[in-house]
Amino acid sequence: MSPREAEAPIMTAQMKSESQGARWNLARLGSMREAGLIVIILALCIAMSFASPHFLTWGNFRAMLMSFSIEGIVVVGMTILLIVGGIDLSVGSVVAFSMVVSGALFLAGLDPWTASLIGIAVSALIGAVMGFFVTVVGLNHFITSLAAMVIVRGLCLIVTKGTPLSLFTLPPAFKAIGQGSFHGVPYVIIIFVVVVAVFDFLLRRATAFRKVFYTGSNEKAAQYSGIRTKQVKFWVTVLSSTLAGFAGVIYMSRFGAATPTFGAGMELNIIAAAVIGGASLNGGSGTIFGAILGMALLSVVTSSLILLDISVYWQDMIKGCILLAAVSIDHLLHRRKA
Amino acid sequence: MSTPILEISGVSKSFGAIKALTGIDFSLAPGEIHALCGENGAGKSTLMNIIAGVLQPDKGEIRIAGERTVIANPAAAQRLGIALVHQEIALCPDATVAENIFMPAINSRRAPLMNFRRLHAEAQKVMDLLAPIPVRTKVGDLSISNQQLVEIAKALTLDCRVLILDEPTAALTEPEAQRLFAIVRELRSRGISIIYISHRMAEIFSLCDRVTVFRDGRYVATDEIVSTTPDEVVRKMVGREIAQLYPDKLNEAPGRTLLKVSGLSDGERCFGVSLELRAGEILGIGGLIGSGRSEMAQTMCGLRSVAAGEVEIDGQPIRISCYADAVKAGLVYLSEDRKGSGVFLDMSIAANVSALDLGKLTGKLGLLDRRAETAQATELAKRLGVRMGGVGAAVSTLSGGNQQKVAIAKQLSVDPRVMVMDEPTRGIDVGAKAEIHRLLRELASRGVGIVVISSEMPELIGLCDRVLVVREGRVAGELAADELGEEAIIMLASGVQSNSHNARAQNVA
Repeated sequence: MSPREAEAPIMTAQMKSESQGARWNLARLGSMREAGLIVIILALCIAMSFASPHFLTWGNFRAMLMSFSIEGIVVVGMTILLIVGGIDLSVGSVVAFSMVVSGALFLAGLDPWTASLIGIAVSALIGAVMGFFVTVVGLNHFITSLAAMVIVRGLCLIVTKGTPLSLFTLPPAFKAIGQGSFHGVPYVIIIFVVVVAVFDFLLRRATAFRKVFYTGSNEKAAQYSGIRTKQVKFWVTVLSSTLAGFAGVIYMSRFGAATPTFGAGMELNIIAAAVIGGASLNGGSGTIFGAILGMALLSVVTSSLILLDISVYWQDMIKGCILLAAVSIDHLLHRRKA
Repeated sequence: MSTPILEISGVSKSFGAIKALTGIDFSLAPGEIHALCGENGAGKSTLMNIIAGVLQPDKGEIRIAGERTVIANPAAAQRLGIALVHQEIALCPDATVAENIFMPAINSRRAPLMNFRRLHAEAQKVMDLLAPIPVRTKVGDLSISNQQLVEIAKALTLDCRVLILDEPTAALTEPEAQRLFAIVRELRSRGISIIYISHRMAEIFSLCDRVTVFRDGRYVATDEIVSTTPDEVVRKMVGREIAQLYPDKLNEAPGRTLLKVSGLSDGERCFGVSLELRAGEILGIGGLIGSGRSEMAQTMCGLRSVAAGEVEIDGQPIRISCYADAVKAGLVYLSEDRKGSGVFLDMSIAANVSALDLGKLTGKLGLLDRRAETAQATELAKRLGVRMGGVGAAVSTLSGGNQQKVAIAKQLSVDPRVMVMDEPTRGIDVGAKAEIHRLLRELASRGVGIVVISSEMPELIGLCDRVLVVREGRVAGELAADELGEEAIIMLASGVQSNSHNARAQNVA
């Protein structure tokens, strides 16, 4: 059957019988993707435990979790934004900006908690400005956030005059967020798990987030259902930046420093993780759990490469190949559906 | 008569289960203007796409100047000297007029560089035949009617033997149309054969030599223009038995007024529309595609911005600034474009049904009550007879008819007072169609106001108690139950009876 015929709005008997089968695939596609990722991650872990005695240790495991738990908070916002059909290239810059604004305010004499809240608020404001350009001016998310990425990075350099802020005077109570732990479990990991659990739950159950799926799945149909899709897109953009700002504050606590160049290139890793986890760049699909698994996969691969003593120069290339493979599988599955 | 330049015999074409063309014959003599008529969906565009190489026939043969030919793709059609001017504008908006006009010529050119000075000079020469549009302008900056002229100019540059014009005057003003006619006659005198697709009888009878009528994908007749009349052509276009069974019509006087629209305009596509809908009746809205039917309905429901006019529901004037306001007032709109804006294909049936009113299913904490959602979807799906695996299945797994039932279930979920259904049965099979018709009648008899917009004459006549016909954004006339007939609708829709009025309306548009 030629593609043109397949576009005809009529289902033939043959197509009907195919779609009967497709129902099972579709119903399980989401969970299949997550199950598949878990299998791949476990297989990698088992293989690695033979290859390196250091792999299956609590120390290494904790290091891996630590390495992606703060980024994981940013992934949550990115996934929701991808579901609505948007994208945010500015998250790396916003993480750094939140960090340097909070840090600079602290150095100016503000207590670190208030300084951090202001840092997060400023990040939300950046999201609101982007949301304005997307919904009112009518630019797309890609271009808007690309501009924001460059502008906000520039702001970081202006605020710090290009040099990292040393924050060793941060009070211990504040430093504990990023550096302390509760019965051996770092607070960072606890925060990460709570954020992921809350948003995963909300995304599945809350009415407000259901509108995100409607808008991303078919914006026109959402408008024809009385959903104010512009509002939805605006608030999701704000949410993504706010979570990036929150992550920035945690990084500040963890490093005891605010680096204006921090997080450059982070957005690509984050988008890759969400997409590997099943979020579609066309909007309408994605889960937080999947995105976190995508992040975990990338992290396990990185850790494996290090333990196997493979040159760091290989890391990016291999991560890129994983992304390409994941997106190809996604595309092939979706093409069958269309 | 000499050998036809183009001869089609026994051509059939199906899209899935739908037969678009069944054993079509058509013959085009050298140097004639041949009109092709038929209702929306009669198969004219499909045949033209076959001739232009866009589609391949399932059966039948095409002869060009007596030789059997396979037209494999649009480029092959161009090489054979066949040019098609689409009804929809297919130009590159970011390129200049000149670049667009010579796009086919540039495509087949071998030289690596473009000679812009020559390109502009030659393009201007062609363009000036039609209208003095500067050829360095970007096409995107032109009005729709000027874009249409560019589209025609583009076809003129091809060294063609057969020129197909698909409703070329749809977007043109009267003087522009007259200029086009002069050019078409001039082309005929140069020996070029023209296929002229149009709904406008006045144009056909002043311009063409012969007329062929299609109906429901079949060939009906070919006549010399001099030996036929507009009325006869219209009769051939529509003369069909109403084979489908429709539910009984309203056999008592309709009740109170449910919906009253007065002087509604959006300032672009619909002007001064007034209508009234009473309890118990189904009001049909007919008109040609592009006549502004859908825009009218969308304006009513707050999906397009209202420039002037009022909408009343149950005697209460309502202020509609967005669709959510209309839904709140009990006025819902079913989109004609099911896949594009009617359903969420990759989401579940339950999620589709609840999209219109999430508030009802939301608990105190802002969480969606999924049990209530499932219950609602299950109940409505059962009531509408949606054949499905379960309400958790994605809508994309359903057949067209069942997808449409889900879209209707979504509207019923808010207990609407007035439902405006735009092409409620487009592209769905006969069985589901009859079910939807029965459902609409049942809803009407229970006091829900039903407005049905349809391109299908039998549907308007068989289902509706009263039909408004729209032409060029205005209500052209109203037909009561005893006046309903395909000819009457077509006459109003194409403006056969009042040509002078038609010409005026064109100038306004």
